[in-house]
Amino acid sequence: MAALQGRRRLGEYVLRATIEPTGLTRRIIPCLDVAAGRVVKGVQFKNLTDHGDPTEAAARYAAEGADEIVFLDITAAPERRETDLDWVRRTAEQVFIPLSVGGGVRSVNDGRKLLLAGADKLGINTAAVAEPELLTRLAERFGSQCVVLSVDAKRRRKGAAEGPGWEVVTHGGRTPTGLDALEWIGLGIERGAGEILLTSIDSDGMQSGYDLELLRRASALSSVPVIASGGAGALEHLAEALDTDAAAVLAASIFHQSTYSVGAVKEYLGRRYPIRVGRGLEEPNR
Amino acid sequence: MTGAMTGTATPGTRYRATVIDAGVGNIGNLVRALRRLDAEVDVTCDPAVIRDARCLVLPGVGAFRPPRERLRGAPEEAIRTALQGGACLLGICIGYQLLFDSSEEFGMTDGLGLLTGRVTGLPGGVPLPHIGWNRVFGAADHPLLAGAAENEHYYFVHSFAPEGVPEESVLGRCRHGRSFPAITGRGRVVGTQFHPEKSGAAGLRLLGNYLAWAQLMVERDNECQAPDVDDAAGATGGADGATAAGD
Repeated sequence: MAALQGRRRLGEYVLRATIEPTGLTRRIIPCLDVAAGRVVKGVQFKNLTDHGDPTEAAARYAAEGADEIVFLDITAAPERRETDLDWVRRTAEQVFIPLSVGGGVRSVNDGRKLLLAGADKLGINTAAVAEPELLTRLAERFGSQCVVLSVDAKRRRKGAAEGPGWEVVTHGGRTPTGLDALEWIGLGIERGAGEILLTSIDSDGMQSGYDLELLRRASALSSVPVIASGGAGALEHLAEALDTDAAAVLAASIFHQSTYSVGAVKEYLGRRYPIRVGRGLEEPNR
Repeated sequence: MTGAMTGTATPGTRYRATVIDAGVGNIGNLVRALRRLDAEVDVTCDPAVIRDARCLVLPGVGAFRPPRERLRGAPEEAIRTALQGGACLLGICIGYQLLFDSSEEFGMTDGLGLLTGRVTGLPGGVPLPHIGWNRVFGAADHPLLAGAAENEHYYFVHSFAPEGVPEESVLGRCRHGRSFPAITGRGRVVGTQFHPEKSGAAGLRLLGNYLAWAQLMVERDNECQAPDVDDAAGATGGADGATAAGD
């Protein structure tokens, strides 16, 4: 077994040193929940508490080496209110890495307003389930690179009539849709999604690791990048998620609670994966 | 330097940049980045404005053909006139691809032909589009790359890239499926396949280098032209020994 691992490591080293087909790095993405223009935290979108200014939080993560920031405006879907965009504008004036904003995009015009405010990507979740054609219209208008299909997947109970697998849920897990998550991902890509943000609702907030089987299945079928989300509690969890071929890992709690800095996460993952290191950190040996 | 000189910044800002708006894609974040770097920014497709500009930026996202058609005719001629007058031009992403001779995206389309090379699809076997942070290696000694580390990472979003580019104009390469020129420059025309405005500190440094370089070229030209002006006494001449790669 040790010899096998040794051979695998050597193989990886040779691959990276000589015929590595790409220098593309795996992305580390902090996620911020925003309500009424403030960063909030809560368990399953309940008991929300104020945790400061989104611009300041995003700037701090960017300075630590975050590859992208995902904002989720959690007031948008349940209350049907227009996303307050001032915080997006302020953030785009100060943070110069890709910014993805999800929540409240129900039309091409909603998307246009968010992009003009400074978002680089639009996260689409509930609205796409209600109207898959929206993905196509957004992709035709702004390009697939702008369209991130956000999929909340819940593992079916043992003995479910549909058999094992995952169902798409919306509204933070409260609303079942009857859609099979893997089929929905395939359909969403056909419709124009340029990336998949895949959250395991069972693992979300538990900090006990990502749903690796879900990630493996999704990464294998997806022709576009899959961003792993839901369950990060330790450095090893992030590494396990990247082992599934996920293009990026998203985490919230470990960064908010300062369990690990983005820099510390990247230093750890950089030993095993191509990772963009911030200034001040050593380039991994190649 | 005085504000009266062609292309220099007005008081209160350090630089002046003219972003060519070819009508496609979101250029707000590029403008925000240039303003953050203390540039006064015009956004225009007006040939009269482009013609007189000295620090041009040509952005673009999406496909090659729509912005190409938008530039055809008067805007394109204005860009050529500005370049003949000594302007600098930075192309970004699709704006970078537009600088080359042609693109094969959706059938063959001619480019602006300001840089030698053709834009072709990246090969399969790697995920496409190429989205994310990739490293740029073999960085040349060029004002645009002052202070950049070897293997600096930048943010890419594209499926096509130039090939057949003369080695002497390649300022940095990237690998995704194949090795391609990620930064190219000839004379005062430069471009990046990646988005410097989305590439964090490394990207802002590159944009700042471009603004400073274009400004230096303006100042140098003004000094060179000074002897032709009536009150040339006190002109210092243009031999300032700067390292910029002028043609």
